[in-house]
Amino acid sequence: MAKQYETVIGLEVHVELATKTKIFCGCSTAFGGAPNTHTCPVCTGMPGSLPVLNKQVVNYAVAVGLATNCDITQYCKFDRKNYFYPDNPQNYQISQLYLPICRNGHVDIETSEGKKSVGIHEIHMEEDAGKLIHDEWEDCSLVDYNRSGVPLIEIVSEPDMRSAEEVIAYLEKLRMIVQYLGASDCKLNEGSMRADVNLSVREVGATEFGTRTEMKNLNSFRAITHAIEGERERQIDLLESGQQVIQETRRWDDAKEYSYAMRSKEDAQDYRYFPDPDLVPVYISDEWLAQIKASQPEFREEKMARYKAEYDIPEYDIGIITDSKHMADLFEETVAICNQPKKVSNWLMGETLRLLKEKNMDPEDIIFSPENLAKLIGLADSKAINSSVAKEVFEVMFDENIDPEKYVEENGLKTVNDEGALRKTIEEIIAANPQSVEDYHNGKEKAIGFLVGQTMKAMKGKADPGMVNQILKELL
Amino acid sequence: MDILSYSAVELAAAIKEGKVTATEAMEAVLARIDEKEKDINAYVTIDREAVLKAAKAAQEKINAGELTGPLAGVPVAIKDNMCTEGMLTTCSSKILGNFIPTFSAEAVINLEKAGAVIIGKTNMDEFAMGSTTETSAYGVTRNPWNTEHVPGGSSGGSAAAVAAGECFFALGSDTGGSIRQPASFCGVVGLKPTYGTVSRYGLVAYGSSLDQIGPLTKDVTDCAVVMEVIATQDAKDSTSVKREDTDFTSALVADVKGMKIGIPRDYFGEGLDAEVKDAVLAAAKALEEKGAVVEEFDLSLVEYAIPTYYTIAAAEASSNLERFDGIKYGYRTENFEGLHNMYKKTRSEGFGAEVKRRIMLGSFVLSSGYYDAYYLKALKVKAMIKKAFDEAFAKYDLILGPVAPTTAPKLGESLSDPLKMYLGDIYTISVNLAGLPGISVPCGKDSKGLPIGLQFIADSFQEKKLIQAAYTYEKIRGDFKIEN
Amino acid sequence: MANIITDETIDYVGILAKLELSDEEKEQAKKDMGSMLDYIDKLGELDTTGIEPMSHVFPVQNVFREDVVTNGDESEKTLKNAPGEKDNMFMVPKTFD
Repeated sequence: MAKQYETVIGLEVHVELATKTKIFCGCSTAFGGAPNTHTCPVCTGMPGSLPVLNKQVVNYAVAVGLATNCDITQYCKFDRKNYFYPDNPQNYQISQLYLPICRNGHVDIETSEGKKSVGIHEIHMEEDAGKLIHDEWEDCSLVDYNRSGVPLIEIVSEPDMRSAEEVIAYLEKLRMIVQYLGASDCKLNEGSMRADVNLSVREVGATEFGTRTEMKNLNSFRAITHAIEGERERQIDLLESGQQVIQETRRWDDAKEYSYAMRSKEDAQDYRYFPDPDLVPVYISDEWLAQIKASQPEFREEKMARYKAEYDIPEYDIGIITDSKHMADLFEETVAICNQPKKVSNWLMGETLRLLKEKNMDPEDIIFSPENLAKLIGLADSKAINSSVAKEVFEVMFDENIDPEKYVEENGLKTVNDEGALRKTIEEIIAANPQSVEDYHNGKEKAIGFLVGQTMKAMKGKADPGMVNQILKELL
Repeated sequence: MDILSYSAVELAAAIKEGKVTATEAMEAVLARIDEKEKDINAYVTIDREAVLKAAKAAQEKINAGELTGPLAGVPVAIKDNMCTEGMLTTCSSKILGNFIPTFSAEAVINLEKAGAVIIGKTNMDEFAMGSTTETSAYGVTRNPWNTEHVPGGSSGGSAAAVAAGECFFALGSDTGGSIRQPASFCGVVGLKPTYGTVSRYGLVAYGSSLDQIGPLTKDVTDCAVVMEVIATQDAKDSTSVKREDTDFTSALVADVKGMKIGIPRDYFGEGLDAEVKDAVLAAAKALEEKGAVVEEFDLSLVEYAIPTYYTIAAAEASSNLERFDGIKYGYRTENFEGLHNMYKKTRSEGFGAEVKRRIMLGSFVLSSGYYDAYYLKALKVKAMIKKAFDEAFAKYDLILGPVAPTTAPKLGESLSDPLKMYLGDIYTISVNLAGLPGISVPCGKDSKGLPIGLQFIADSFQEKKLIQAAYTYEKIRGDFKIEN
Repeated sequence: MANIITDETIDYVGILAKLELSDEEKEQAKKDMGSMLDYIDKLGELDTTGIEPMSHVFPVQNVFREDVVTNGDESEKTLKNAPGEKDNMFMVPKTFD
């Protein structure tokens, strides 16, 4: 009988924090600047430059630690991790090894297998590296240090996960927590959230862990799932053929669906960590800690409970809306203006989700404002526009965050409430469609639908369908 | 009066009174440099044209009443490991042979604000690693008292420039004695401030937890004035300390009555040259006669300071010098195959032997399996050394001892045996480990006519005690100058 | 000499420190490092049980910057000393195959 294998997975998740400036200098963290325009002597390792810690980084790191049930290391320090690479301007990265800011946490996840707690070994603060671009023409690489020094937290889990499904659930949970805190936008495709997967296999029932590998370059949930499956297979094949798994770092190539060893005889993997003498220890007093605790936001579970109590909307909708902090904020802010939770929820659950899916976007990418959504609801409520016009306006608002009132006005989309004009149009429609009139009189109820449609078309969609129906029946 | 015989403070006063102009002072310095540099080689970089322009500009500002600082118009030399915007900063290394900083060190900016005019950059041991200024990639500096001898190091260029009248004062840096020892060998005053007193921003790091910038001057008064200018808290240096007591000139008082001075027996044992010993003890006696309470005591742990220091300094240096890789600035090797070969060739060609020696030692003591045994052990011994000083300063205002076991050795004598060279740092090194201030003051000459220095060490933040005792001693001693 | 530094150790340290030594330099480095380590081993004489390693001499802590952008476009300065430059970036030997 074939051996049964269990996959053992731990994650190292890097999250870029949403600070305005870098971790050790006053350079902007904004995305997309021209190369090296967000740099200074500190983040490019100029001789004589010195780092000074951005306080907001500590606030965010502690907030994430508290939200993931960690113990906060009230006296923590920074260490240097020494390795040579061109994206690392000092050839050491300032990180934390000996006294990381958070330890011993956990988050609860839910999968088809049920509920489970995933342990968090530690969270530490560190600086991001620059970006390397390959230049085919010159056959060299080019370095841009704009990202060098952007603050990161690295969340290191315990090896508690056993499947890709659990890994995804864990990542989604982490993403939700960090987004709720406003500590990062956590976009895998832009690299503001990155996961390295440590994976080993062992025979079911074994108590010792197998030899693990670390996989890097995973920038989508899809890539993570494929990499886990691929690496599991690779390791089982090795073991089945009597070979051994080598502890190493591997780079996942999502296009080829295969991982490659990143070994080189020039990489000793001996980082010579030692306390950074240029930075002083961070002491998080009880008062400071209490302050961060007090400013923690309402997390999803609490929010769901409150929505259930406050709003008359389905539990399913509550689940979807609170799945994204941005969506939940949009919901609450819109309700605060128009006081119509049911209708706000309907717009989010219906048209919003449809368009997000159609355009392959995340809820975080929504750009329309609560004010504009509330205005649109107001226009529809007052019958100033009919529902099909409302949907039309919504689409434009979704793309461009236009003011619906202005837009309706400027494009002449208001419902025509002039009964005389409507009656005249309907009379013309009846006269032009004797066959449908006859069908209606012969009991074909459907025929009226055709006449309504013709009327709406003639009115360029701006009539109130209820009124059209009523006048049609009367005239027939 | 010959302009060059002025101290920095006297020159500033003369300029203020209109007796001398900043330009005349600079011209006098440049003339002295022309005369002396072929023998001394104190400077790595001088841009004559720019320097004269700067002096002229300073004088114009002085005339307009815009520049009124205590060092207005005074020419200063800067050790070549401090960044100077737009001026070559090489650390006396080939690897930074073409490096032009885009900003100036905070201490340099403070001097400029006080009106000082930079002459150029002084020679040093490469990356401040050495005690003789012989490890420079730009030739040795010679001792102005006797050019057969070294000026000491690593701030040997700064000390020699002050002694030879090639500047009115200079900045040096001190990681294990690099201000005090060359000051002693060249017969000038050198002060290493309490760690955190002078910003390290813009100082190219050697051992970050030990490095401090300080003045090398003709006398104690100049030393106090320069200290007042460069001691500032700097938001750009996290280890910079806020101090309220930086009115160092208020300590220029010739009075040591009741001052308790401890003389560590451990500093006067085996290895100390008899002439140095006699000169330092004679100075102690003179202070005692002026009312100081002088007594001998056991400091303990003295022989552990050097191994502790070389472990910590080498470890920090191995990391600090990683940034010199041929990518962002400085030297890059001509021919290479691939990235790692470029790194290795650039660094092997760019660094000198002593720097490589310390980088290798530092990389080793931090490497996997050795960190606890070497680096962590050294940090623990450092804590013990600090405690030994704390105990001493519970009893004494100051500690008095020699700066170095001998006077300046002959050129070439030290490099053959690095360990022996390291042993020469025995009296200065523990001061850096404990973050304390120390001052070196000339206290005599040996039979070869070479200067001998004494060292006062004070508790953290007690520079004023150092200055007061040194000033008092200077008054007792009288003039101390090279006969030219 | 108690500490014998092998060729392997020197080669390993060379990889860590990115230094390439000639055979002659290697022999010297083995000797120098061995004698330095012998000397450093002297610290073993001291009982340091219970002593906290001291990285900073003063108990200074919590030195922070506020999260405010203070730097503008300094790319010209950043690249001023670059040995190799293209398109406002540092040019380096290629890093991946």
